[in-house]
Amino acid sequence: MSAALTIKNLSKTYGDGFAALKNVSFEVQQGDFFALLGPNGAGKSTTLGIVSSLVNATSGQVSIFGYDLVTDTANAKKNLGVVPQEFNFNAFETVHNIVRTQAGFYGLSAKIADSRTQYYLQKLGLWDKKNTPARMLSGGMKRRLMIARALVHEPKLLILDEPTAGVDIELRRSMWSFLQEINAAGTTIILTTHYLEEAEHLCKNVAIIDAGKIIQNTSIKALLQQLDSECFVLDLTANIEQAPHIEGYKTSLEDQHSILVEVKKGQTLNALFKQLELLNLNVTSMRNKSNRLEEMFLSMVESKLEQKE
Amino acid sequence: MSNQQLLIALYTIVHREIRRFTRIWAQTLLPPAITMSLYFVIFGNLIGSRIGEMGGFSYMEFIVPGLIMMSVITNSYSNVVSSFYSAKFQGNVEELLVSPMPNWIILVGYIIGGVARGLIVGFIVTILSLFFTDLQVHSLPIIIIVTLLTSILFATGGFINAMLANSFDDVSIVPTFILTPLTYLGGVFYSISLLPDFWQGVSQLNPILYMVSTFRYGILGASDINIYTSLSVIVVFMLILFFIALNMLTKGKGIRT
Repeated sequence: MSAALTIKNLSKTYGDGFAALKNVSFEVQQGDFFALLGPNGAGKSTTLGIVSSLVNATSGQVSIFGYDLVTDTANAKKNLGVVPQEFNFNAFETVHNIVRTQAGFYGLSAKIADSRTQYYLQKLGLWDKKNTPARMLSGGMKRRLMIARALVHEPKLLILDEPTAGVDIELRRSMWSFLQEINAAGTTIILTTHYLEEAEHLCKNVAIIDAGKIIQNTSIKALLQQLDSECFVLDLTANIEQAPHIEGYKTSLEDQHSILVEVKKGQTLNALFKQLELLNLNVTSMRNKSNRLEEMFLSMVESKLEQKE
Repeated sequence: MSNQQLLIALYTIVHREIRRFTRIWAQTLLPPAITMSLYFVIFGNLIGSRIGEMGGFSYMEFIVPGLIMMSVITNSYSNVVSSFYSAKFQGNVEELLVSPMPNWIILVGYIIGGVARGLIVGFIVTILSLFFTDLQVHSLPIIIIVTLLTSILFATGGFINAMLANSFDDVSIVPTFILTPLTYLGGVFYSISLLPDFWQGVSQLNPILYMVSTFRYGILGASDINIYTSLSVIVVFMLILFFIALNMLTKGKGIRT
């Protein structure tokens, strides 16, 4: 069974000499929910741009479900749906026309195109806006319109470049469940996002790209196991002036009611709570200081920066 | 893609293009009708009556074919240049690039859209001209062939202009500084036989002269240029522009980084 996406030795050097991608290789298996992460300018959008035929590669090979993007272009593209980061529809067209026209570009018959347009607009809550010009939609609706447009030809691989950027929490959650639903139905999904909570919540596997190179390509679970420590914020009942000394744990004062505790790999929360009890500190609630994947991501990118320095 | 899928994709582009220019008819179909009516009144009636005959015909009869062809040229060109550049500007050209449509279908789709507008405007101007003169039809096949070839050629030129354009200013440079002067110097308002030999020779380098003269032949039966030479020149220019445009599209000039 061929991979949903195979990228081999992909390089891209722009006209001004900037090398955005340096020999990038990775695979995304069929059915995966895959995150492509990296800081701004790392090469994520260039990679996805090449896969989407919007950027010309300098060298390397891309195949989608075994179809080479250069030599078997039509079959490769038929299996791909793209939701870009920027709104890229004709703002003066109606919602219905944008999705229906895209179906026509894929050669779908009028009957299928009409029924799929209706299905995906209804599924994404846009059917009652079908005759509205796209420029009149809210930001969240515009994002959902681009998802409906990308799905109308029912691709087996869906690429989403920051699909929930600028979307409110409620809508983000509903988009997550929709994406999980289509992934469960068999669509392979590749996602880039700056919300690492999103990647941790949705994705099974991840590649981290930095300065045009893949620095990590593994499962989210395996990546999180590499975390050396986790930071927890503990909310206390009493006011405190300074962080308590807890043997074996690094602590700092978050504010008058809460402290920050770093729990290293191998240490337990039970031992921490025993010491807190001895210090007569009662904890009302606790939470991660930041998302675990975010901590991992930062530690990797920062260590790369330190190596450079 | 199968042949049927290719046809559906082509139809989709053409349908979208025609929907675009008919939706904004007040900007696309009405202005040439008003402009050409003014030409008929001012040049044909008021000034033309004092000029007398041109090439053996009344001045109004002489300029009508040229003005119809001028409308076809400018509208075929401007439809494609504005539509494709807008698609570039708004980013929705990406809808075409991610799809499995081959490049030639995209190009042909836009060309047909431009041809459709050129022909519709040409038809409107022809109807308007009937209020000012009785139009003959010397050769309907020549009229149809030269109108189609000319609109294809200029629609393709508009596509190339749109691919090269980086701003809306670039979109207007070619029509203003190249297309309009060539049209005015292409024998719309005068017969090149009036010019000294040297300028007649220079005029023969102007491709628009061949189109206007051939179209005039189709209507009046008289032309400054041999019509078979004209048709050959138009076909050669059309093929050259088509392959330049297709090559640019394949390389992604101005639309892929």
